[in-house]
Amino acid sequence: MLKQTSQFKAPAFKDHRQEREILVSRTVFAFIIVILLFVLLLARSWFLQIIEHENYQTRSNNNRISVQRVAPNRGLVFDRNGVLLAENKSVYSIQVIPEQVKNIDDLLDRIKALNLIEQKHLSRFKRKLRGTRRFKSVQLKTRLTEKDVAVFSANGHMLKGARIEAQLVRYYPFENILAHTLGFVGRINEKELKQIDTVNYRATRFIGKVGLEKHYEELLHGKIGSRTVEIDVQGRTIGKALDEDPPIPGTNIKLSIDINLQKAASAAMEEYRGAVVAINPRNGDVLALVSTPNYNPNSFVTGISTKDYAKLTGSNSQPLFNRALRGLYSPGSTIKPMLAWVGLENRIITTKTTINDPGYWVMPTKEQRIIRDWKPTGHGSHVDVSKAITQSCDPFFYDLAYKMGIDLISSEMFKFGFGRSTGIDMGEELKGIMPSREWKRVDRSLSWYPGDTVNVGIGQGYWNATPLQLANAVGLIATGESRFNLRLKTAIEDKDEWRSVEPILALEQPNFGDAKNLNHVRRAMEKVTLFPWGTAKTAFRGATYMSAGKTGTVQLIKIAEDEEYDKDAIDEKFHDNAVYIGYAPLKYPEIAIAVVIENGGHGGESAAPVARAVLDAYFEFQKKNKLLAEVQ
Amino acid sequence: MALLSGDMSDRRNKSFAAKVHIDLPLLAGLLILMGFGLMVLYSASGESQLQLRAQIIRLLIAFGVMVFFAWIPPRVYKKWTPLVFSIGIIMLVAVIFVGEMGKGAQRWLSFGGIRFQPSEIMKLAVPMMVAWYFSERRLPPNFKELFVAGFLIGLPTFLIMIQPDLGTSILIASSGAFVIFLAGIKWRILVSLFLFVVIYAPIHWLFVMQGYQKQRVLTFLNPEQDRLGAGYHIIQSQIAIGSGGMQGKGWMQGTQSQLEFLPERNTDFIFAVLGEEFGFTGVLILLATYLWIVGRGFLISLRAQETYTRLLSGAITLTFFVYVFVNIGMVTGILPVVGLPLPLVSYGGTSMVTLMISFGILMGIQTHKKLLPG
Repeated sequence: MLKQTSQFKAPAFKDHRQEREILVSRTVFAFIIVILLFVLLLARSWFLQIIEHENYQTRSNNNRISVQRVAPNRGLVFDRNGVLLAENKSVYSIQVIPEQVKNIDDLLDRIKALNLIEQKHLSRFKRKLRGTRRFKSVQLKTRLTEKDVAVFSANGHMLKGARIEAQLVRYYPFENILAHTLGFVGRINEKELKQIDTVNYRATRFIGKVGLEKHYEELLHGKIGSRTVEIDVQGRTIGKALDEDPPIPGTNIKLSIDINLQKAASAAMEEYRGAVVAINPRNGDVLALVSTPNYNPNSFVTGISTKDYAKLTGSNSQPLFNRALRGLYSPGSTIKPMLAWVGLENRIITTKTTINDPGYWVMPTKEQRIIRDWKPTGHGSHVDVSKAITQSCDPFFYDLAYKMGIDLISSEMFKFGFGRSTGIDMGEELKGIMPSREWKRVDRSLSWYPGDTVNVGIGQGYWNATPLQLANAVGLIATGESRFNLRLKTAIEDKDEWRSVEPILALEQPNFGDAKNLNHVRRAMEKVTLFPWGTAKTAFRGATYMSAGKTGTVQLIKIAEDEEYDKDAIDEKFHDNAVYIGYAPLKYPEIAIAVVIENGGHGGESAAPVARAVLDAYFEFQKKNKLLAEVQ
Repeated sequence: MALLSGDMSDRRNKSFAAKVHIDLPLLAGLLILMGFGLMVLYSASGESQLQLRAQIIRLLIAFGVMVFFAWIPPRVYKKWTPLVFSIGIIMLVAVIFVGEMGKGAQRWLSFGGIRFQPSEIMKLAVPMMVAWYFSERRLPPNFKELFVAGFLIGLPTFLIMIQPDLGTSILIASSGAFVIFLAGIKWRILVSLFLFVVIYAPIHWLFVMQGYQKQRVLTFLNPEQDRLGAGYHIIQSQIAIGSGGMQGKGWMQGTQSQLEFLPERNTDFIFAVLGEEFGFTGVLILLATYLWIVGRGFLISLRAQETYTRLLSGAITLTFFVYVFVNIGMVTGILPVVGLPLPLVSYGGTSMVTLMISFGILMGIQTHKKLLPG
């Protein structure tokens, strides 16, 4: 249609001069209008900025409505008896608003005269001062003591422009004792910023970095709130909030941890590097989780100094390393009860089967390899399964493992939780290695040899496990029932009421069936702590309760066949690892424990006493509770 | 032969700027504006290096686009005008059926991963089309021609209005209307049209406008009534500008802006930051720069050699002015709030490229001239 019109009109006469005149006059006219409108804008600005300036100046200074974001309070963490383990504490700091101060040096001198600050604060403050806008507050000193706050408040009249500000900061009252259990929070970094919901974290400065604090970040954080307020030039609020949408605090959590046990275990472990895990095998509750050496999580909250951090990371004893969850140790002789049960249950041996132990065992293959017992003189000519457990006879288990074969061992040990996650709600644990034919082929590209099986028979060779897994496995022997996922969180607070979390059954379970064989193994473990020749007898002498256990002593270096293990001649870091597992009481076991001490020597000498200390604390506390209940 | 040699000698005498078809006075104005704008933006964004870098990159890209379009001779634009316009219309129709939503309106079209707003094309295609239409005819236009021109403007305006994008549709309608005005529409008709608008406005209010659009107008008329809602923008920006005074509070020292009282302070309301921190002096410098650019645009229009280029350059210049006037008018409270950025100063850039293309065309009109006899 357009084209037709165009053709029709084409021959029309065009007067270029006239057209030019029209265009010029119209353009000039438009330009005049444009100039007039520019003048209008200028006049409007003049009106606002010059004539009404004072009015707007006042309004700018006095009447400001601001929507402030309010960070939610982080959820609290309690132990099983309601003791506070992680709280939020007010931290006071001195803030200075440069615009409000007449003479800044004068003010600083006065604050210094009150002994509130030192030279290092001054230089840091002056550096910060340069890059900041004059109406924004600059921090002079943080973490004031209560006395500092009192001194400042008393002299407030002569410190105009400076003020005390309080903010809530995470605090762990038990410091080092729970470092590896709770973890800690710290300032949000760039990487975390990309992963979090920036709207919900707009007012938040801290985030869970490791441990429980990280695992339950979402639960503990809560929901951001806002407050509409009037504020003055300095951003200070005037009067009450005009509108409020309060933040929803993070959820409070109750843990399975018993702080008394935790303390006892930490104290007992003070001199050692290692880990202690105590659980309730009937529901998977972790009662104590200790890894030593440790650190003070509070120092990470507001930022640890580079020097202190280097000290922690540079230390050979690795205090930041969580040995309970991530330490992979050869379980050594502590797995003998489980292997014995598998042997009995599968009729590889009977309770009557005996072997002759001259101090070594000869592998029935062509090479006739000789493998030594830990005791050079041997355990005698009639060693049965019970004696083999109580006195930890290696040749009996070389023989048993050889007869069972690796396939049976690994498939049954998986059911005890070896090589599997314990399901603990921390997200950092390692699964360790439960060696199998398949594993060796995939992981090492090698086929399985009978010698490998023999090593597995005494919990060495490729086999390693975390202290968590050891406690988990011995718990199964103790109850003879089902294995639960280990857990720390037992309840969350919902509208002022504790709502408990149901325990979860583990996926794979051993089939205990008739308890006859299991009882036979248990009797042997009881003898370990009760009979004169038991390997942990000394450690449990005089206990007010009865417990069962098994020691383990794990060689870290190979000793040649004709050489003696001489403790004093070997560097400490090559000393044997000491391991102990146990449970109590005998009648209806309710606590299972695993202790690993790096380079601790014999399991009965260093690891068993630690287990004893924890069990003592457990029963003492129970007795006290019973008495209290009776009184009430 | 003579023409060729003349062309050769001419080229030899030309400066570098003329060779790449850059108009130096216009370039100077744009550079001052961008430099000043970046300074204000850095403060308005809360000293965000990230935003500053993004804006610089955007300006550089837009600058490159401008140089490219300046290099194209205007006769090429003229030739392609009907095609560009038709494609623009087709895409606007396509938006209705396959467009993507963004901020509550259906404005986007995506082709193989690239998203763009067809309405941006129309900002230039409409004045080009109307100028092309008139350039073939006798001026001043008669009724019938006016009717056709009205249709050429009305169709895209309607298509954009129903997206709905009131701000852009008004801009596009006015850019077309400027061509009609420059082409010499009779004053009688202009006045009657004005009267028609006055009569039609209430009808439009009652039957066409959306709730939020009505609210904007109401708030404009009485901002104090809605202090925490929509009126908040207007009050806070006036307080910011007013409190700036003659000298301003100083770069990055504006309390209104820095304490975050001013909403959208790095985009639509960036003028308020400038007013607060640089005072009336800063406003004067900014307006003088804009006036310089607009003045240069008019001069280019007056010196243009053909009807098409005269009409187009005049319309481009006036449209740019409308941007400036509407934004500053809205921030200072003499016009209602319509979401329109301050050209080349506000953060963000969908419209920046279009704007720089139009400056490229202006420069092209100035620098690609035929040697006229006598």
